[in-house]
Amino acid sequence: MATETRTPAAEEEDRAGRLASGLDELERTPVTETRWGRFATRLWAGTWPKVLALVLVIGIWQLLFFLEVKPAWVLPAPLTVWQDLSDFVVTEDYRRAILITMQRALTGFALSVLIGSVLGIAVARFKPLRAAIGSLITGLQTMPSIMWFPLAILLFQISESTIMFVVILGAVPSIANGIISGIDYVPPAYKRVGAVLGMKGLQLYRHVILPATLPSFVSGLKQGWAFAWRSLMAGELLVIVAGQGSIGALMQGAREFNNAPRVLTWIITVLVIGILVDAFFRAADNRIRRTWGLAQSD
Amino acid sequence: MSPSPTVKPGGTAERTRDTAPGSPAVALTDVVKRYGRGPGAVTALDGVSLSVAHGSFTCLLGASGCGKSTLLSLVAGLDDITAGSIDEVDRPVAMMFQESALFPWLTVSGNVEIALRVKGVGRAERRRRAAELLETVRLNGFEHKRPHELSGGMRQRVALARALAQEASVLLMDEPFGALDAMTRDILHDELERIWRERNLTVLFVTHNVREAVRLGDQVVLLSSRPGRVLHVYDVDMERPRRIDSTPVAQLAAEITDALREEVARHGD
Repeated sequence: MATETRTPAAEEEDRAGRLASGLDELERTPVTETRWGRFATRLWAGTWPKVLALVLVIGIWQLLFFLEVKPAWVLPAPLTVWQDLSDFVVTEDYRRAILITMQRALTGFALSVLIGSVLGIAVARFKPLRAAIGSLITGLQTMPSIMWFPLAILLFQISESTIMFVVILGAVPSIANGIISGIDYVPPAYKRVGAVLGMKGLQLYRHVILPATLPSFVSGLKQGWAFAWRSLMAGELLVIVAGQGSIGALMQGAREFNNAPRVLTWIITVLVIGILVDAFFRAADNRIRRTWGLAQSD
Repeated sequence: MSPSPTVKPGGTAERTRDTAPGSPAVALTDVVKRYGRGPGAVTALDGVSLSVAHGSFTCLLGASGCGKSTLLSLVAGLDDITAGSIDEVDRPVAMMFQESALFPWLTVSGNVEIALRVKGVGRAERRRRAAELLETVRLNGFEHKRPHELSGGMRQRVALARALAQEASVLLMDEPFGALDAMTRDILHDELERIWRERNLTVLFVTHNVREAVRLGDQVVLLSSRPGRVLHVYDVDMERPRRIDSTPVAQLAAEITDALREEVARHGD
């Protein structure tokens, strides 16, 4: 075992290295499942309850239709709505309505993220500002955004600005609160490390505090989106801007013509958009949790 | 190994004896630290004088409330002293804590690189030096892992690599192995000793584990509790590397433990 070329010191060194890496190996959690296996099981586990729920809902709907709880022109059969939906989704009107609405949603949301982030950092950083408007932000969050419309219409008449105003008022508090609580809960140990490494002021924010707020920021974004989307739908139903055939405007039009299948088509569309966006945020959230080693949420 | 240890209890109370030739790397003179003002003020440290020689390994030992962590914060410049003075040959100093406090949004390599990034070192150079340092702590191959994928001992080694990246000659360690199991801790003692020697560092190591202090220290400084004062300075003239379970280490540890117990009992009267 001991060869004449090796010094005792080198051997000792080698032994220490092997001991350390042996312990490292033992302490690592072995991975038993393959990625694909886990993906397939999870997909199935997540899919069948959804399919079952959908079948149940449509079944009950069909039953109500058969029982004629409401006249057929008010509560159409699922198949009638399906027919309308599949005919309508391929039209230019449908595509344009979604485009107009999504454009408003994204513009409003982007502005909200900008304003909310700046506001959140400012409130977290300056004590007097927090004392002044900290609780106001939380208060605003609980305010139903539809309450703002009368004022917004007086301020901006029937225009895009009216809708934007309310969308932003709805989303900003959640986004700001996400940042504020994120900054409040940065582990002190991280800040201490930053200080030891010689970070000051802006550097500490850039390298430690802001990255550490990421999970909280993303949940703020998710909530902010939900508020923005709700405010936008309320706005589009109330504030119909001429020439802008948005989802809300077309839906309101369908109601005026007693076109129940079309109203339901829009409801289904909005629901699907909501689910898709939620899935996107959830994926972002899960990704952060996974790479950070936080508890898995699903 | 196991030469008979020559153990001399340190000079009487506050004043330290003359250390090795040359100027000390860190010198504390009558350092006082009080928190708060008026009658409610708490004195954490009361006239602590201590001299840490260049390239030496000093362990600070004491029961709860002796202000040993406070002392390190003061040396690190994280907190201001109330009275007295601290002289350091070179600042800033590097520091390591009981919790590794690695940033979960960065990879292992990124966590080491952050120390260099603050100093404005370019990306390629950062990467190269981080890889080198990770090799020093025997974590090569783990560059792209995330902190949560590592064991506690491995995380502390990353934290050590990050501290080494600061390239300070003085390394402050605040109970860095306090949360680790015994076997991992033993290995890290060997690793730390090797790195300390290779890089000619001056280490100030806070612990409440007496054997750990004797295993590692050239001198072991025993602090009193509430307020913190230097009770004794023990010189540990034992050949390295020492084993934590060797007889000389155990003997000196027993002696220090007795002194520590006496100090703790004093507060129960």
